[in-house]
Amino acid sequence: MSATEQIIHPAATVHPIDNLLRADRFPHILCPGCGIGTVIHGYAHAIAASGLSEDRHVCVSGIGCSGRAAGYVNVDSYHSTHGRALPFALGIAVHKPELNVTVISGDGDLTAIGGNHLIHAARRNVNLNVICINNFNYGMTGGQVGPTTPVGAKGSTAPRGAVEQPFNLPYLAKATGAAFVARWTVLHVREFQDAVLRAMNKNGFSFIEVLAPCPTSFGRANNIGDGLHEVEIYRERCVIENGAQNLEELDIDLIDASKPITVGNFVDIDRKPFIE
Amino acid sequence: MAVSVINKGTKPEPEPRVRTGGHFMLGDHACAEGALAAGLDFFGGYPITPSTEIAEHIAVRLPLIGGRFVQMEDELASIAAIIGASAAGARSFTATSGPGFSLMMENIGLAAMMELPVVIADVMRASPSTGLPTMVGQSDVLQARWGSHGDYGIIAYCPSSPQECFDLTIRAFNAADQYRVPVFILMDEVVGHMAERVIIPAAEDIPHTPRKGPRHKPGEEIFLSYAPDADMVPPIAHAGEGYKVHMTGLTHDERGYPALNAPTHNKLVNRLVDKIRLNAADIVMYEEIATEDADTIVISFGCTARSARHAVAEARREGLKCGFLRLITIWPFPEKRIRELIDQGNVKRFIVPEVNLGQIRREVERMTSLPVLRLNHAGGEMPAPKDILELIRS
Repeated sequence: MSATEQIIHPAATVHPIDNLLRADRFPHILCPGCGIGTVIHGYAHAIAASGLSEDRHVCVSGIGCSGRAAGYVNVDSYHSTHGRALPFALGIAVHKPELNVTVISGDGDLTAIGGNHLIHAARRNVNLNVICINNFNYGMTGGQVGPTTPVGAKGSTAPRGAVEQPFNLPYLAKATGAAFVARWTVLHVREFQDAVLRAMNKNGFSFIEVLAPCPTSFGRANNIGDGLHEVEIYRERCVIENGAQNLEELDIDLIDASKPITVGNFVDIDRKPFIE
Repeated sequence: MAVSVINKGTKPEPEPRVRTGGHFMLGDHACAEGALAAGLDFFGGYPITPSTEIAEHIAVRLPLIGGRFVQMEDELASIAAIIGASAAGARSFTATSGPGFSLMMENIGLAAMMELPVVIADVMRASPSTGLPTMVGQSDVLQARWGSHGDYGIIAYCPSSPQECFDLTIRAFNAADQYRVPVFILMDEVVGHMAERVIIPAAEDIPHTPRKGPRHKPGEEIFLSYAPDADMVPPIAHAGEGYKVHMTGLTHDERGYPALNAPTHNKLVNRLVDKIRLNAADIVMYEEIATEDADTIVISFGCTARSARHAVAEARREGLKCGFLRLITIWPFPEKRIRELIDQGNVKRFIVPEVNLGQIRREVERMTSLPVLRLNHAGGEMPAPKDILELIRS
């Protein structure tokens, strides 16, 4: 008997969220140090904690590395087109309001090409849980800048540094009507999971921004050596401020070490949902 | 008119889903009534002339019979929303015109690739670009076939009257579900804005072809969303039914999982095309008048077919051996029938009048070395019977 066989007992190989992941699709496409796996893990735990049968959960994503999330969760899942995850999800949520529909996608997908759908889904207060994985760049296509890239950060399409003012996503989500708004990082595993659970229990539009390292594309171009390095930045600079009122002041500047990164559950209001 | 979702059951008096009886009805409204009669569950749309009356009519009617109407933020959202609703099992529908149709193209490819049934009415206006928004065109017919990138199959019906707007919309929903494809109703501004008598049958006489569902219970075995039957169409399971489907616009295997390799891609895309191509005999519809001995055959569709029918009848009265082939399905194109007519040996030439610069003429030319005479207008007005008659006499 080999050492491995002695150590791994069959019962020990079953992880509590194994049945919520499509293990038959592993190995996944994500790079070492990528934060997306942690987000999928948090979503799976929130499904398990939701008390709803997994048959009542649906996951929709757009295009990009984050857009692959839908392919790894073992619920009814749809990998739609670039930017269109939200209206696709709206169709599901409106036709079958009994389903708990979560959109997991990236910052470029949801706020650049899909930005119009984001503001209108929030305005309508459609019962959707949006998990926006913000890694500050287009990772899958090799590190181009986008509407979340900090000013000065480098990307392959801004080799001398980004010059455009990035979005402050929680501020945008609140201003356009989201009923629940949070920002966490993949360091804040428990807090993120709890925010997803709160989003699932909210009849209305929930928006969770979650910061995630992209060492291969963003980190390499911006002297953030590996995934751990970026998580270390989160640890050093994140300030938790639940219920923060001054969202307009809570821009993120990952590059400027002097600026704090404010995270927390910022907004939790009752608004008339799209479908009561 | 911005009408948001009205909750189910808020209206006390019963609203019939099928408005059985005789009506004097706008083509756009007849299309909307056809969708309602076919069992429409979800409409997502964006206003655009000359299709807006379809959305307005459905906004009034659909919420009262338990469906959902959502005015979306643009056509990109409209098409995505109806595909999503279809994934959840809805009979879903949108209506648009040229500029909106262009915006929908990417996700029409998604519907084809995911094999999620949707119905799209395109009320054609004079194009390109903004063109003549309130005036007729027939220039989206090739876009309907080829508009999204890549190879895929679709079905397109082309009504010539409000009655056909009703009848073909019902047929479109059934065909979409039967073949798991996007289906188009290619109307034009003249037909959409024309009012004529429309007979709506009793509810029990409305044909209904359901989607093929899974043949096992959830969990008994892994459900394969893309394992085709002999007709090349796979059964479908919807969100919330427990089958844990995965659907993607990426090239995928029978399970629906991404499989990024050339053999899988080749097999999948060929099936997407073949499931329409090889079932064409069951799908194709046309109307034929006096073709048995005809040396000249006028091929036409939509509003133009109304002028063509008149011209052919007049030509026959003058003793000219002229026949008429009206395309009811534009796609798949009735290739077999046109080849049969050529093989009869009488035909010397075809005439194709259309409100575009020769899109269907090109299809006919592809099939024959006989002369194919053109009668084209770029849009804004349709050919008059006398224009077609002159060409028949020539």
